[in-house]
Formats: sequence, C-alpha cells, structure tokens
Amino acid sequence: MATVASPHSGTAAPDPHASYLAQKGLASWLFTLDHKRIGVMYLVAVLVSFLLGGIMAILVRLELLTPGRTIMDATTYNHVFSLHGVIMVFLFIIPSIPAAMGNIMLPVQLGTIDVAFPKLNLASFYIYCFGACFGLYSMIHGGVDTGWTFYTPYSSKFSNSAVIPMIGAAFIMGFSSILTGVNFIATVHKMRAKGLTWRRLPLFCWALYATSIIQVLATPVLAITLLLLIFERVLHLGIFDPSMGGDPVLFEHFFWFYSHPAVYIMIVPAMGVVSEIICTFSRRAPFGYFFIAMSSLGLALLGFLVWGHHLFVAGMSEYSTMVFSALTFLVGIPSGVKIFNWIATLYKGSIDLRSPMLYGLGFIFLFTIGGLTGLFLAMLAVDVHLHDTYFVVAHFHYVMVGGTVIAFVGGLHYWWPKFTGKMYDEGKARIAFVLVFIGFNVTFMSQFILGSRGMPRRYYDYLPEFTTLHQVSTVGSWILGVGFIVMLVMFIESLASGKKATNNPWGSVALEWKTPSPLPLHNFLKVPVVTKGPYDYHLATEEELSED
Amino acid sequence: MTSEAAAADEYEHKEGDGHDHGHGHDHPKYLAHHFDTPAQQFDAAKIGMWAFLVQELLFFSGIFVAYGIFRSWYPEMFSAASHQLNRLMGAGNTIVLLFSSLTAALAVRAAQLGQKRNTSTYIILTILCAFTFLVVKYFEYHHKFEAGLLPGQYFHPDHHHLVAGSPELPGNSHIFYSLYFMATGIHGVHVAVGIGVFIWILRRNERGDFSKDYYTGVDLTALYWHLVDLVWIYLFPLLYLID
Ligand SMILES: [Cu+2]
Repeated sequence: MATVASPHSGTAAPDPHASYLAQKGLASWLFTLDHKRIGVMYLVAVLVSFLLGGIMAILVRLELLTPGRTIMDATTYNHVFSLHGVIMVFLFIIPSIPAAMGNIMLPVQLGTIDVAFPKLNLASFYIYCFGACFGLYSMIHGGVDTGWTFYTPYSSKFSNSAVIPMIGAAFIMGFSSILTGVNFIATVHKMRAKGLTWRRLPLFCWALYATSIIQVLATPVLAITLLLLIFERVLHLGIFDPSMGGDPVLFEHFFWFYSHPAVYIMIVPAMGVVSEIICTFSRRAPFGYFFIAMSSLGLALLGFLVWGHHLFVAGMSEYSTMVFSALTFLVGIPSGVKIFNWIATLYKGSIDLRSPMLYGLGFIFLFTIGGLTGLFLAMLAVDVHLHDTYFVVAHFHYVMVGGTVIAFVGGLHYWWPKFTGKMYDEGKARIAFVLVFIGFNVTFMSQFILGSRGMPRRYYDYLPEFTTLHQVSTVGSWILGVGFIVMLVMFIESLASGKKATNNPWGSVALEWKTPSPLPLHNFLKVPVVTKGPYDYHLATEEELSED
Repeated sequence: MTSEAAAADEYEHKEGDGHDHGHGHDHPKYLAHHFDTPAQQFDAAKIGMWAFLVQELLFFSGIFVAYGIFRSWYPEMFSAASHQLNRLMGAGNTIVLLFSSLTAALAVRAAQLGQKRNTSTYIILTILCAFTFLVVKYFEYHHKFEAGLLPGQYFHPDHHHLVAGSPELPGNSHIFYSLYFMATGIHGVHVAVGIGVFIWILRRNERGDFSKDYYTGVDLTALYWHLVDLVWIYLFPLLYLID
C-alpha cells in the first residue's frame, strides 16, 4: 500500500497508517493531541487511582475484622475511609469510563479522526492531573476525615484535617469533567462519519452523550457548592452554619443536586459498555435499540429530580419527601427498560461466553440487585430504618462496583485488543472474573444483612453480634483483591508477550472492529462512510464476522 | 492486507479524498486538520460554547438559589442590608456592561464583514468598558471594607461609614454580604477573564487571523461576554434594588 505524505505540517509527519502507539518518547505522549493517547493517559491515571482507593478499601475492611482496634486507631480509620471514597469517586469512577475509555472509543465509533476539540481534551487531562495533585497534597498534609460527602458543619467548622485542598481537588477535577462533557457533546453532534445517523449511533455513544449532558449540567453546581464550602471554611460566611443564621441542610441539597446525577455519570456510560458487549457476544442487534438509547437520556433527565432521597431523615417536609420518593421510583423505569432489553437481546442470540461477556452478564446480575435495593431506600418508611446503615453502603457498591467497575473492566477486556494490539490469556481472565464476582458478592451481600440488622455505616467499632458478618465481608474483600491482582498480572503479561490481536477478535460488525488493532493514527485507513447500523448482524457477510 | 481490503469493501470512500481524511488542496489555513469543512468547525465550536455557557449558568445558579432561600427567610434583613449598596454605582455599572455587550456584538458584526480595523476598535471599547466596570467595583468594595460590611464573621458595621438615615442592620446581615461578595466576586472574576480573552482575541485580530470566512474566536468571546452581562443584569436588581 502506497504511503501518502500527510500534509499537516512541513516537518516529518508520522505515517497516519501506523499504529497510534508507534511514536516513541515521553514528549510524544505529554504533548499529544491524539484522543487515543490522551485516553490511554487517563486510563493509566484512573487505574493508579483505583489501586490507591482499593488499598484503602482493603485497609478499611481489615480494620473491621474485629470489634474495636484491629490495625489502626479511630482517627486514622476516619481518614482511610474518607480517602477511599474521595479517590474512588472523584479520581477513579467519574473519569473511568467517559474520559478514559470514551476518549479512545468515541471518535472511533463515530468514524472520525478525533474529538471536536483536541486541545481542550488535553487540557482536560491536565486539569484532572492538577486536581489530583491537590488531592495528593491533602493526603500528605493531614488527609480528610469528612467522608467523601463533605457534610457541613463538620467539614466547614470542626474537622482538623486538610479539607480545603481536598475540596479544591474535587473542584478542579470537576472542570476537567465539564470540559470533557462539552467536548463530547460537540463531537457527537458534529463529528459523525458520513451516513452515521442518530439512529445508527452505537449505544455506547448514546450513553456517552447522555453522560456528557449530565456532566455539563450537574458538575457546575458541585463547583459552586464546593467554592461556597471553601469560603465558608476560610471566611466563615455563615450560609451553612446554623449558629450564624445559615443552613447546613442547604449544603446537602446543593451537594446531592450534583452527586445524585453524578451517580448517573458513573453508571450510564457503564450501561453503554454493557450494551456493546451484549450485542457483540450475542451476535444480535439489541432488542429495542431506540429504547435503550432513549433510556440513557431518560436517566440523565430523571437524575436531576431525585436528589431529595438523600435527605429523607434530614428534616425535609413530609410533602417533599413524598414527591422525591415517587420521583425516585420513576428511575426504575429507564433502568428496567435496559435490563429487560438486554435480556431480550440474549434471547435466541448466539451467545459466546468469553471474558468480556462474562462481565456483561455479571453487570446485569449485580446491577439488578443494586437497582432493586435502591427502591427499598426510596421507600420512605423503610429508609428511616436503613438510612446511614451498611445497607446503603452495600446498595451503592452493588451499583458502583457491581455496575460501573464490572462494566469498566468488561470494557477493558473488550477493547483491549483495539487499545494495545495484543490478546490476553482467556483462561486467566476467566479465573479473575470468577474471583472478582465471588469476592464482590461475599463482601457486599453480607453488608446488606449487616445494614438491615442496624449496623451503621462509617463506624469504627461494632457490637459483637455483627462480628461474623463483618469477617465474612473482610474475607470477601481479600478474594476480590486477589481477583484484581490476577487480572493485573494477566494484562501485564499481555502487554509483555501477548499474542498479536486480529482486527476483529470477537467477530463483531461494529465500526471499530473494521479498522486495524491497535488503532492506526487516524483511526481508519480510509475515511469511513457508514451504510448500515452497528449491530446489523443479519446483513453481515461471512468475512465481516470472521475473527481474523 | 485482508483487513484493509475488508475495510475498503465495507466503506466506500470519497473519490480524491484518498487516505488523508479530507486534507484536500482547498483546506484553508484556519481549518483544523480533523474537520472536513469550515462550517463543520464553526458549528462544533458554537455547540461547544453554548454547552459551556449552560454550565456557566448552572454555576451561578447555586448563588441564586442560596440568595432566594435566604431572602425568603430574612426579607427585612435583605432589604435593610441592601440599603447600604450604592445604587448609583450599580446602575452606572449596569449601563457600562450593557454598552459593552453592544460593542462586543458590533465587533462580531465587523469581523463577519471582514472589517479588521473596526473589529479591533470595538474589541478595545469592550475591554475599556470591562475595565471601567472593575474600577467602579473596586470603589464599591473599598467602601464596603471601610464600613465593615464584610462577609460572615468579618462583618462589623462601622456606623460612621453607613448610609445616613438607613434602617438598622439586623444581626444576621453578614449573610447578605456573604452572598453579595460571593456573587459579585465570582462575577468580577468572569469579567477579568473576559478582559484577558478579549486581549488575546485582539492580538489574533491584529495578526490577521480572522476574516469574513473565519471569525469564530470573536463570535465565541462575544457570546461569553453576553453571558457575563446577563448575570449582572440579574445580580443588579436582586442585590441593589430590593425594598
Ligand atoms: Cu441519589
């Protein structure tokens, strides 16, 4: 194939047909405007954060192995669980799927060469890093003991920990998230390949689009909230301080106006990944494509109307609690639409149980439990009992870990050949899945029981009757940890000595599998013109489905 | 090779476009390499800017909601505390900002018509208005500092500096000034950022970056400026004109 000189610039431009990984040298990474490389840098950053947050989680569980002191004192424990929350939420989960995986896959799925604003994309990454530095500074200089929710007046008046740099970190990283959202919205609107109509848009793109809308609409509210909190702590503004005529519950309203939609920033892209995996490994078009796509937007919209369910016992009026409870139940509709449509997609599909699909199915199972237990908490009378117990902890871990992390890992397995050009060891991948799946359920199923029996969350100590369940949960965390270590080893082995990946190792008909692995510099060797949908298996030729 | 052949079969490609993703000979200098047409680039920039402005609105919304809640709780306090703000300066600043929005819009018009000198003139006028706004704001702040009308715990009204004949300030008036300083402070930062961006756009205009066919930078900066103006148009009556 003849090489065409690239006319970007006078200097020796890299060959657009070469792999995006071909160029060497640190500067070629740090100053890159290539969405794929920026995505890879995000990927490394979020994986390091995940490791850090994971270590904190293991420490928290270890401390809870026995009542009273096990390995650390109560103050340290408060710091460790707070850091676990802050790191996992702000440094890992929020950027995990959209900014890392979405950055790499969105332009490829759209059949284009880059996101709409490549410089802004790189700036978003550095803003994230800048925020992470603040977080690191806070960790070194005292950490935080407020929990990831920074509730006032404790965070504004009483905590002696390094709250300001940590809030600053979340504030700054918020802008990274907003700018990524702005970038993706413009990208989905204006960068689609010729023939890629909205009705042919891959479901992952729909999910990223819905997520971006939430990022743009919700994150600024967090930004102003955290800014007010910083000034409340520095200047004692008084607006969150009851002794000065302010209102601490106002902070909770502000915080959850962001943080409930933020849960959808975390879960909606995960659902997008699962939609892709389910279709590819069932060799079928999704059942109800349009409804799956619209349910992402539905979740984005409903997400803004339900924040009050975090304040049922914070002194809201009875009337508001009823409204918020009813609205929260509505969230079950778009979530249910997705679950049922995925299951209907599986029905009579030609199911292939390779590792990405295991995670896809694992997601359906675990997210269903996470979603349904959310309805328990949305019920007013039940919430009074379960509020601030381990039931809540278990519920959101089923959604965030059982949902988002499982989908993130599933997506990593699924697109790994595209990212790296290497295959991984399927056997080890399956072992890792089994360990993660069992470990996760052992860890958190026991916490549902603990919570329903009244074990409050965030406590350092507990009554002796909770010992067994706490120990089961801690042992579960070890199995989960081992599962992730096996996975890490498997991925490192793949990078070092993995078999070369074919262009289409899963036999998918979606656009991203028609281009070489690893992705070429310009994503495609020829400008793609889309003539059919991403899941049109019924129109596929033998050659398209071929795995080599 | 099989893969490339498959890709070629499946996806027709435009004749003459070859492999270079639209890097045709008619690719103007201002067109970034990942866009096909100037219109696509302009539309993308416009959508991005509107999305950004929406987030700006939501950013300010937190302050407005806090304002609404506390005003409904303490209406008398808000009315008394508002008395201490200088309406003349506030109204003057409103006129200055409104005028600067006009000059910003005229700068866009001049850029669209390719009138480089007029564009520069209007941008300079806009920048001057923005500076005027900040100078007036400085004198307002200065008076508040002298009178001890400060946010939160630093609130210590000095009766010599208060407006003569004004109603007694209730004890929780610090909340009004907390919100006043947060709102006008954040708005002021936006004005300052606007000045910086306009100076950059002015330099680009002088350098000859813009033309009838490409004036995105001027257009987007003016959009941002209108938002800064709009926020002030709400802040002025809410803070200065309540009684
Ligand atoms: Cu919620």
